Amino acid sequence: MSVLAWRRPSLMPGFGLSVGYTVVYLSLIVLIPLSAVFIETSELGWGRFWDTVSAPRVVAALQTSFGASLIAATINAVFGLLVAWVLVRNPFPGRKLIDGLVDLPFALPTAVAGIALTAIYAPTGWIGQWLQPLGLQIGYQPAGIVVALIFIGLPFVVRTVQPILEDLDPEFEEAAVSLGANRWTTFRRVVLPELWPALLTGYALAFARGVGEYGSVIFIAGNMPMVSEIAPLLIVTKLEQFEYAEATAIAAAMLVLSFVILLCINGLQWWRTNRHAA
Amino acid sequence: MKITTVNGSSPTAHARPTDARQAAWPRIVMTGVALGFLLVFLVLPLIAVMTQALAKGFGTYMSALSDPAALHAIYLTLIVTAVAVPLNLVFGVAAAWTVTKFDFRGKSLLVTLIDLPFAVSPVIAGLIYILLYGAHGWLGPWLDAHDINIVFALPGLVLATLFVTFPFVARELIPVMEAQGRAEEEAALSLGASGWQTFLRVTLPNVKWGLMYGVILCSARAMGEFGAVSVVSGHIRGETNTMPLHIEILYNEYQYAAAFAVASLLALLALVTLAAKAFVEWRASRSHALYDLEASPT
Repeated sequence: MSVLAWRRPSLMPGFGLSVGYTVVYLSLIVLIPLSAVFIETSELGWGRFWDTVSAPRVVAALQTSFGASLIAATINAVFGLLVAWVLVRNPFPGRKLIDGLVDLPFALPTAVAGIALTAIYAPTGWIGQWLQPLGLQIGYQPAGIVVALIFIGLPFVVRTVQPILEDLDPEFEEAAVSLGANRWTTFRRVVLPELWPALLTGYALAFARGVGEYGSVIFIAGNMPMVSEIAPLLIVTKLEQFEYAEATAIAAAMLVLSFVILLCINGLQWWRTNRHAA
Repeated sequence: MKITTVNGSSPTAHARPTDARQAAWPRIVMTGVALGFLLVFLVLPLIAVMTQALAKGFGTYMSALSDPAALHAIYLTLIVTAVAVPLNLVFGVAAAWTVTKFDFRGKSLLVTLIDLPFAVSPVIAGLIYILLYGAHGWLGPWLDAHDINIVFALPGLVLATLFVTFPFVARELIPVMEAQGRAEEEAALSLGASGWQTFLRVTLPNVKWGLMYGVILCSARAMGEFGAVSVVSGHIRGETNTMPLHIEILYNEYQYAAAFAVASLLALLALVTLAAKAFVEWRASRSHALYDLEASPT
């Protein structure tokens, strides 16, 4: 009965089968293939890895990916919070429909989103043609990447903030208002502290998704090296040139950065549950 | 309805709480800004897909969809989805059973690892299978000697899709099964039901809406996946192109109307997905309400 050392006894049947299947399938599909990236990178050696990752074009691509994701996630944090607030607190006709539509970026294939956004924001596009005379160009520029990532990331923020907002009792805000606080103070001192952890989680999720995003970005970005080339595209380019080692090194750098973000998300969630438990 | 602004010390005696919280105009401005944002970023792209698809008339639209390469892309997308979704469904059920019905060390690590594919770029999801099964990959020479094609062929497409859709079912099921608890299963077991009977007759009916929800999300992502599939496909027209890849090729060949025609099919599919999701949510909340109603008198 050595199993008892690491699991509490349970009446439930099928522990061996379900845990065995879960772990084997997880290893075959995710863990072993992912470990290939790190094993291949370690065979490169530190010197060649660093040379690859610190090449100007790679650094520029990583900066573009992380920078655009940061900006898009920030915009999404603001507007996602606003959308969630309106959906929960301001009833209006058709709210259910709009609420369902928020999930569109989860359901719409990224390639479709990419060409649709390009049709809108390209210099000849629906919105692009009006921005062009003003000297603003979004399509085929780094700004286009941000637009695509706003589309991709929006539901992450709305869907993490919305449930917290639904549970938040308006009575606290009423109490604050009746004690003389104005609307902005009430929001900042009463509402925001409650929403903060969820907002950060949504921000981190949108950010993480944006860093890895490929399909929606490549159509609208213009893909100029050093300017509007994202890191995932650079991996694809290296693969097409059969530079597997370099592609793998860039992938490893991205994975490490993403894992750090994932750890932060888990840390935030831990912080959130512990705060609520207290 | 009385609209009052509440100024500090003189709260209007019987103001409705809603009025005290917000006057009318900021509420209207906020709703307007939020809806404007959603209009520009969500609704406009949908309209763009539909109008661009029909820009050159219905004839061009239909011929773009009935093109043999397009038909093969649709067929391939359906095959990949039909293989990948059931595999991840079985995994999702097993993983949710493991995580929610037992207490063991390393459980939270397991949950984190299940979520891992969400944090990995789709391009890297394609790359890892090239490293394993590609011509220069670990198993490449062996596969070559035995004349097995994985990369640039159907198995590669399925593997890449499995990776990116990996967490969907498990992620939806785990909270539902967690909330369900173990009492009903333990009752069934103590009354002499076998493990499988308990699972099929007690657990499955309880979690069926969560399960459907996960399958819907998983299928939508499987049909629409682009980055991962793009890396392992090799873009062989009429052979390894799924619908999203076919869209990319048409688009890069400046056949915009045709590209948007195929895209419009996927956009319709996305709308169906959202509708199905809303329906499942509605049914789930209704069965919850019924459950509460039945439970309350006891």
